[in-house]
Amino acid sequence: MQKNRPKYLNLFRIKLPLPGFVSILHRASGLLLFLALPVLLWMLQASLMSIETFTGLQGYLDHPLLKLLLIGLLWALLHHFFAGLRYLLIDMHKLPGLAGARHSAVWVLLLSLSLTLLLGVKLW
Amino acid sequence: MVNRVVVGAHYGLRDWLIQRVSAVLMAVYLVTLAGYWCWQPSHNYDTWTALFSSQWMRSFSLLFLLSLFYHAWVGVRDIVMDYVKPAAVRLVIHVGVILLLLLYSIWSVQILWGM
Repeated sequence: MQKNRPKYLNLFRIKLPLPGFVSILHRASGLLLFLALPVLLWMLQASLMSIETFTGLQGYLDHPLLKLLLIGLLWALLHHFFAGLRYLLIDMHKLPGLAGARHSAVWVLLLSLSLTLLLGVKLW
Repeated sequence: MVNRVVVGAHYGLRDWLIQRVSAVLMAVYLVTLAGYWCWQPSHNYDTWTALFSSQWMRSFSLLFLLSLFYHAWVGVRDIVMDYVKPAAVRLVIHVGVILLLLLYSIWSVQILWGM
């Protein structure tokens, strides 16, 4: 069957609704965390191995650029965490309807961004 | 619309479930760790390694990491299936990700029990 629906594959012409925005960020943050895994595992190793590697790691993380990177990863984790919780609640039919989906999407963005800001300031 | 006759082995229900079970497990671990972090008055190398010195904590941490790796596999696989169309490229990325996550699993055991 031939359909004449318009197709907008131009990413800049697609206007995502808020839940869609949260959804694509959930995907992006997940991929980011996956790509950061070797660095995160290396950090865990350095933090546990010996007092020398522990203080060495602290020295690395004093660098503002690495701190910024870590705060970026913190945002990815927090967004993925809260957006994931939202999906679990949706699975359990706890956020019914369009209003539930929209309100919870706002909450995910608010919680992840404010916690990133709070912890980011503390980390800095 | 997907018109599919269900006749084969598995259609993603297992991965769908594992994705959620691993998510809950990771959430519990992270909230526990964050709670401990807030409750602990001082943070230094000694308190950090003391936390990871018990078999209980090491096992919980390994469980967290293994959940993370399986969770990451399902997530990355879904992303690759959505955006990478050529079968050969897709296969190479899938195999690479599986091998990488298996290596991370071995590394995790070494980190937690080799300290």
